[in-house]
Amino acid sequence: MEEKVLMKGNEALAEGAIRAGCRHYFGYPITPQTEIAAYMSRRMPHVGGIFLQAESEIAAVNMVLGAASAGVRAMTSSSSPGISLKSEGISYLAGSDLPCVIVNIQRAGPGLGGIQPSQADYYLATKSPGHGDLHMLVFAPSTVQEMADLISHAFNKADEYRVPAMILGDGMLGQMMEPVILPAEREVKTSKPWAANGHQNKRPHNIINSLFLEADILENRILDRYKRYAVIEHNETRAENFMTDDAKILIIAYGASARIAKSALTAARKEGIAAGLLRPITLWPFPVKEINAAAENARDILTVELSMGQMVTDVKLAVQGRRPVHFFGRTGGMMPTPEDVLEEIRKIERNGSI
Amino acid sequence: MSTSGILFAGFGGQGLLFSGKILATAGLIENREVSWLPSYGPEMRGGTANCSVRLSDEPIGSPIVSKPDILVAMNIPSYHKFISEVVPGGIVVTDSSLVKAHTDRMDIKRFEVEATKISQDEGLDGISNMILVGKLVKESGIISFNTLEKAVHKCVGEKKVHLLEYNIKAIKLGMSL
Amino acid sequence: MKVVYEKTSALTDQTLSYCPGCTHGVIHKLIGETLVELDVLGRTVGIAPVGCSVLAYNFFNVDMVQAPHGRGPAVATGLARSLPDGVIFTYQGDGDLAAIGTAETVHAAARGENIVIIFINNAIYGMTGGQMAPTTMPGQMTQTSPYGRDTATAGYPVRVCEMLATLDGVAYAERVAANTVPNIRRAKAAIKRAFENQVARRGFSIVEVLAICPTNWGMTPIDSISWLTEHMIPYYPLGVYKDKHAENTGGGGV
Repeated sequence: MEEKVLMKGNEALAEGAIRAGCRHYFGYPITPQTEIAAYMSRRMPHVGGIFLQAESEIAAVNMVLGAASAGVRAMTSSSSPGISLKSEGISYLAGSDLPCVIVNIQRAGPGLGGIQPSQADYYLATKSPGHGDLHMLVFAPSTVQEMADLISHAFNKADEYRVPAMILGDGMLGQMMEPVILPAEREVKTSKPWAANGHQNKRPHNIINSLFLEADILENRILDRYKRYAVIEHNETRAENFMTDDAKILIIAYGASARIAKSALTAARKEGIAAGLLRPITLWPFPVKEINAAAENARDILTVELSMGQMVTDVKLAVQGRRPVHFFGRTGGMMPTPEDVLEEIRKIERNGSI
Repeated sequence: MSTSGILFAGFGGQGLLFSGKILATAGLIENREVSWLPSYGPEMRGGTANCSVRLSDEPIGSPIVSKPDILVAMNIPSYHKFISEVVPGGIVVTDSSLVKAHTDRMDIKRFEVEATKISQDEGLDGISNMILVGKLVKESGIISFNTLEKAVHKCVGEKKVHLLEYNIKAIKLGMSL
Repeated sequence: MKVVYEKTSALTDQTLSYCPGCTHGVIHKLIGETLVELDVLGRTVGIAPVGCSVLAYNFFNVDMVQAPHGRGPAVATGLARSLPDGVIFTYQGDGDLAAIGTAETVHAAARGENIVIIFINNAIYGMTGGQMAPTTMPGQMTQTSPYGRDTATAGYPVRVCEMLATLDGVAYAERVAANTVPNIRRAKAAIKRAFENQVARRGFSIVEVLAICPTNWGMTPIDSISWLTEHMIPYYPLGVYKDKHAENTGGGGV
């Protein structure tokens, strides 16, 4: 087994991508994800890969579109303002059924916002990553280890379903160091007979395309894609349960806020408050069943986010009014302390359901 | 104490991040849970900067150390910003060549080390941070010297032998004070 | 019966979607013939733009990718960096290349990407129904310059080859026109030279083809040819703006 090393989340993710067979990275600098680009620029030349610093986030995602069309594992990374720019490309990638990975190490918005950690791109990632009817797989790591592991999983699932996948991290996970066991290097042998890589005069020409001028044809394409989305929703949902079995107060949080929530609920348990955490690892597909199962014995639900409340709408939709759903969040790059979250837990414990 | 939160605070360029990395690496070598988190952004370019390190026997939730058990303050703004946040019974190590300030707090253990001056006198320019690391390790006992030495080897790299010796000398010096 | 002329095997049997009199078809043929002559059909990937030639992916008998508006050179970059043996070309109109895709064009050129760009300059947006393009002539009437392009408010047309020729990454830049038989033959030679450059991995090549748009210019094809000759060529002079290989080997341009 590989030894544990101390690594920044951004760098662990980059190394994880390389070990998952990614040899094509196209990026553009933006805090707090720039270490990914810097790491790739150092490593790619040694593994026969391509690092290219594009002229913009728009160009970078379109380079990914080209590389993914050719059939290789390609990725780009950015932070919130850059992801807005990538929306166009993401829509085309989805509409062209191209697998790839896009990393968003979120910072606070709107606009240029700030550079401190945020989770305010939840809607952007899960609801409206680009124009049109589409979904993108969205994975939310909450440790440096998961930054390294989920990127490989994201590439595998993107290839399996021919969809773009996103790693939705945040500035805290990107910047922090933690011990990590890097995943083993794996050889990738995904067959991509649809790729535009030259027909070698041996097959009809392949076309990578999202344009269908006849409405009925386009509708059928979308319906077919949604059948695939349904399979994804059925098979690929992931969540972590932490002390949920007897939890009366069920916290739902992902990524950085899940870490803080874990500390808070551990402290709450010491005070005799039965709190638990359901941590979505996939944000799309959203763990609706898992939340309902964990909420079965809970009295209250508390959603904790680094935003004004985005995932909380999905939590409410999931439980459909069967449980009161409370929200606690900080935004603008502010991080709640475990004590802040503990205080919210205590309040809910004291007041009971409203 | 199952969890220690250590905060290095000062100016960018004083080796705060590296000091933190040495401690975190030492924690890793002792197979403890560790985290390291820098403040990032404009601070990198000379403003106040800090680095949070946690060593713990339990999984670490927040890597942000807002209420440090151990504070290493390397400039006055950082000292003032964090001195009131140190937990009762906590340890504060300051570079008294740079931080000349007093506190009314009687519930903390404060150690003043003229790290910058000593480093200049001893030919250890630029690594006053390691003298402070030595002192904090001596006073807190959070990590053994042996582990610390191994961590320095890991972080500096075996190739840079002279830097290795300098760093270890500075730590030993700090531990002797 | 003796076969004296055959459609190039580089084009599919799909009926072209272009208007009567349009020069896209001729230029498609020149590209197709070139790919066959260089025997690279099997390793070529073409990139269709957004514009009248968006459906080019149906017409070329090579693997094709349809790119977002203006992003052809970025998509081509991704393909070229993934297919070391590939022959990659984009086919782009003036709005696609010189307006929304200016950054992608300039930086692919600056990087010296090993791609070919075939740039169709007909001084108008065709597919959306005839709006002002970055290359629309001063005084030219379009749907969005109904009183004629006023340079005081709408600025001046962009000369792409001249601009790109200043970049060290560009191996080859030539402007040709699809207005007369001799010029079409010259266009073919330029396109072939561009693809030869790519096969030899000499870097970025662009061939700008001045073309007509009878439908949106509101003219007959014959009048359109005359208008191109009289109005466009004086503003967009034909010729080789850069040919690194010829400079290096002491040979002349076309």
